[in-house]
Amino acid sequence: MEDISTLWYFGLTPSTFALTYFTALVVASCVAAFYNHRQPFMMIFSLTLVSIIVGIIGGVHALWVIALIAFIIAMAAMVSYAFREFLILIASTELAKELRTAPLTAAFGMFVIFVYAIAGIFAPWIAPHGEAEVITSAFAPADANMLLGADQLGRDMFSRLIYGTRNSVGLALTATLLAFFMGAFAGLLAATKGGWLDNLLARFADVIMSIPSLIFALLMLSIFGPSMPVIIIAVSIIYAPRVFRLTRAVAGNVVVMDYIEAAKLRGEGTGYLIRREILPNSTAPLIAEFGLEFCFVFLLVAGLSFLGLGIQPPTADWGSMVRENATLISFGEITPLIPAAAIALLTVGVNFVVDWMLHRSSGLKE
Amino acid sequence: MGDILGLVAKRLGMGLMILLIISVIIFFMVELLPGDIAEAVLGQGATEENVRVLREQMGLNDPALFRYFEWLKGAVMLDFGRSIVTQEAVMSVIGERFRNTLFLATYAAVIAVPFAIILGVIVALLRNSVFDRVANVLTLTSISSPEFFLGYILILFFSVKWGMFPAIASLNDSMSFWELLNRTFLPALTLVLVVTAHMMRMTRAAIINLLASPYIEMAKLKGTPPWKVIVRHALPNAWAPIINVVALNLAYLITGVVLVEVVFVYPGIGQALVDAVSKRDFPVVQACCLIFAATFILLNLAADVGAILTNPRLRHPK
Repeated sequence: MEDISTLWYFGLTPSTFALTYFTALVVASCVAAFYNHRQPFMMIFSLTLVSIIVGIIGGVHALWVIALIAFIIAMAAMVSYAFREFLILIASTELAKELRTAPLTAAFGMFVIFVYAIAGIFAPWIAPHGEAEVITSAFAPADANMLLGADQLGRDMFSRLIYGTRNSVGLALTATLLAFFMGAFAGLLAATKGGWLDNLLARFADVIMSIPSLIFALLMLSIFGPSMPVIIIAVSIIYAPRVFRLTRAVAGNVVVMDYIEAAKLRGEGTGYLIRREILPNSTAPLIAEFGLEFCFVFLLVAGLSFLGLGIQPPTADWGSMVRENATLISFGEITPLIPAAAIALLTVGVNFVVDWMLHRSSGLKE
Repeated sequence: MGDILGLVAKRLGMGLMILLIISVIIFFMVELLPGDIAEAVLGQGATEENVRVLREQMGLNDPALFRYFEWLKGAVMLDFGRSIVTQEAVMSVIGERFRNTLFLATYAAVIAVPFAIILGVIVALLRNSVFDRVANVLTLTSISSPEFFLGYILILFFSVKWGMFPAIASLNDSMSFWELLNRTFLPALTLVLVVTAHMMRMTRAAIINLLASPYIEMAKLKGTPPWKVIVRHALPNAWAPIINVVALNLAYLITGVVLVEVVFVYPGIGQALVDAVSKRDFPVVQACCLIFAATFILLNLAADVGAILTNPRLRHPK
């Protein structure tokens, strides 16, 4: 017990830890105040005050929890800051100007997406063991060979987590792309053609949207059985109407413009109108919608896998990994929380980026 | 008053219409199966004889349209036929469970609704402050997390580490009301966290939208004190969006309940649905889907009607 408690406070004894922590906070707030950064100063100094109160009430351990949380947030903020500067440097002048307006949360989101993309693309090189390779006994604890321990069959948790990026995110991305193409195509068609086709498609979208998404997915999976193509098609049918509605609304505003009228008078066909006139003028809201849509799809697919109706074993998938290791939670182990956290982190990251894009495209509405 | 009733009746009619279409979808989707239900349920190894008996039993020899009307007639009187797996009447399987689910959803709603609306209004009034930004990040995180993530975190801390509440929500009839509340606290809290985040964001957006309207600016410009601007000018107009937000989120709650029930092994209708899906027990799946869809439509309808009642402008469409 003794060596664990010293390790707990960043390798310091409790009193040295408290002293170092408060000194660091006070120095940081003084530096912030000296250089006239009001907001950082307020944040650091209020953290100091809160820490004093918590330290008095909860003792060194509570202080350690707060310090750890603050440390993690500070690390995330610094990584985001550095990543944003990095992106600004490598981007073209125009893009760099946009990136400068990105808040730290959006930069954090981009960083998360970047890391996931790397993990997904290079999974076989990053993962130390195979996806379905049984290397030790069930639920073996973590050691130097296995960063996160073993799962219920003795497979390496960390490797499965890395491979899961590919499978879970890949599946959700495919389904989102399909939903997006179906919805956007139908929406553009409805907006340009109008009339009975518009009405028919809109009613159809209304009906699909009035069934709760998870329930609809379960219904389709019960009929066609859980397999990759069924999941992708079912999920894309469920979410296409959302894209349809947005595309129709956005394109509906563009369609009434004079330049569309001019193009029509020139005798351009529907295909040209959609490709060259309407699409370029409605990309910004569509990109933001793509991000949101991805989050919905990803959460739905994760939910389905968690219920045992998603990607089937032995393929590594985050939702099913939570389900398979759920029993560990009653022993106070956090293993099942890790894949769940991986899901949450990606959705949070995408949401942060989307939030920024929406804010930017809506101007200074709020 | 007459025109309100007319409008409400029209909305109700539309809701019924959609429900009817959904019942058609739910019923005829099963017909899309390659072969038919009997073959699908019994699988590859079934003998000709077995398939024939099951077909007879489920009345599959009748034309599909006839069976649909029989099924619909039963569904209206809450009789969904018999389960394929257990042979019990479907209603006896899910009737009790539906009540449990309603209890859980109500429990969560009673806590979440006032909490979320008050916080949402506060955040809207303090917009762009540090408090608002922190709330933004927290609610976004909560929305983005899968329900089972929140559920397991709560189990880890409240149940395993601190031992305050039970992790498994098993119920029985002899429990007192307090015992019941204690047993179902963690699933309810999970739902509260998710729904509160959604509701807070929507309330904030609605209120900010409202505060940007010209009459609020007018009231401010003529020197009305801030509290009066809110109580006299903003609040009466805020009811419509707030009712809308509440109804929409309750509809969300109804589906969010499925995952939460599985995490906490709560004997509700969501778990019945998931079980039935993996066993391919179609009568139960159809019944559960219809009940969920009906509740969802009902709550959306309530949002519409509430909006009409509180906003006179909607009563006179241009």
